[in-house]
Amino acid sequence: MATVVIPTPLRKFTNQTAKLQISADTVGGIIEELTRNFPDLKKHLLDDQGKVRSFVNIFAGDEDIRDLQQEKTAVEESTIISIVPAIAGGISF
Amino acid sequence: MAIEDIKFTKEERARYNRHMIIPDFGEAAQKKLKASKVLIIGCGGLGSPALLYLTAAGVGTIGIVDFDSVDDSNLQRQVLFDIHEIGKPKVEAAKRRLEALNPHVQFKLYNTHLNSENALDIFREYDVIADGTDNFPTRYLVNDACLLLDKPNVYASIFQFDGQVSVFNYVNVRGERGPNYRDLYPVPPPPGLVPSCAEGGVLGVLPGIIGSLQALEVIKVITGVGEPLSGRFFTFDALNFENRTYNIKRRADNPVNGENPTITKLIDYEQFCGMRAVEEKPVREITAKELYDWQVKGKKFQLIDVREPFEYEIAEIGGELIPLASIADEADRISRDLDVVLYCKMGGRSNKAIRELEEKFGFTNLYNLKGGILAYIDQVNPELTKY
Repeated sequence: MATVVIPTPLRKFTNQTAKLQISADTVGGIIEELTRNFPDLKKHLLDDQGKVRSFVNIFAGDEDIRDLQQEKTAVEESTIISIVPAIAGGISF
Repeated sequence: MAIEDIKFTKEERARYNRHMIIPDFGEAAQKKLKASKVLIIGCGGLGSPALLYLTAAGVGTIGIVDFDSVDDSNLQRQVLFDIHEIGKPKVEAAKRRLEALNPHVQFKLYNTHLNSENALDIFREYDVIADGTDNFPTRYLVNDACLLLDKPNVYASIFQFDGQVSVFNYVNVRGERGPNYRDLYPVPPPPGLVPSCAEGGVLGVLPGIIGSLQALEVIKVITGVGEPLSGRFFTFDALNFENRTYNIKRRADNPVNGENPTITKLIDYEQFCGMRAVEEKPVREITAKELYDWQVKGKKFQLIDVREPFEYEIAEIGGELIPLASIADEADRISRDLDVVLYCKMGGRSNKAIRELEEKFGFTNLYNLKGGILAYIDQVNPELTKY
């Protein structure tokens, strides 16, 4: 179980929910469960190979999962998983 | 000018008194501010507070890069400007306001698009770069130019209710270099996943908060006071009033300053961000003038507006409203026999709509209004409200 923080641009895919409690042992398991519950999130988080997209960062607590064990990073009850996509400004095109 | 040659007049001493009496700041830090040169990229929501505070603080020289003019729709968040400056170049309007705030500061204006040809020449003479732009190509351009010239990049970015701040490419007193934007985000999102202008937008106060934090970090980088936000990445969610600060690190595979750099000069950043995809065949376009011609000649065609209802209320040119998100569900409302013109604000969403209709439903009779309703207002009907 961990708490997942959804950034505002992606909340439209989670019924405007900002925080979700998800049960899984690893970050990868959390993402799998998250995208199963909210299928529209999937293309924003994962590429065709199922890897986390490189313009989305996932942090376990304060640490970038790329500096831990990537998707295999273990999560605990108290872990807060944050999804932080690249943002560039008010106007995109 | 060397720090030891920096002198303050009586007026400057009086003005900067509240800085100089802070024990950890003092005259020494104020001198560093006066000796420094800071370049602000983008004179908009973030640049407004950043410029106001850095000018007030007494930075010696401030460069401002922006190609745009002041528009009424800017004033919701760009607090540097007022209604008398509408239509005037932003950099000039900014200078008028800022000179009235602090006559001891020198300003250099760059009323131009920052690009791979001019960036290095502009950046070279500055000590610190502050990136407050609104698009991905410029983010990567500013980042790479700072790496190539060995300059710290004080980064701030906003979207809707979210803000981000970090200090990139900062070398600390121990000589350790911090991470940069490419370490954090190796590649930008593809244009298809970037929210469009209708989904974009930003709450006006947010750039005020985030741009002020950016000014704070600029001052810390210049003066060496405190611990700059290097190797750390700050995010603020204004909706829930939550902030977090994450640890970030340099990465060996960074193409500009990793172990095996493959980028040694500035590249084509629009291409890098996928904005000029070569493989896609272009959507057919019609200009605003041509559309007007069809209208006055009474040609039979269908006009579809793919914007949101709130935009339709601001200005409309007689199209049937089918917002982009529902275009596939409403495809049977679109004629297969007549020519059909689709439009949005600037042409981006209608382009997406046409691609979707062509790919999923095989339409072959669709035209995109070039430049969207804004072009139509400019070229055909200036009476309508621009937004």
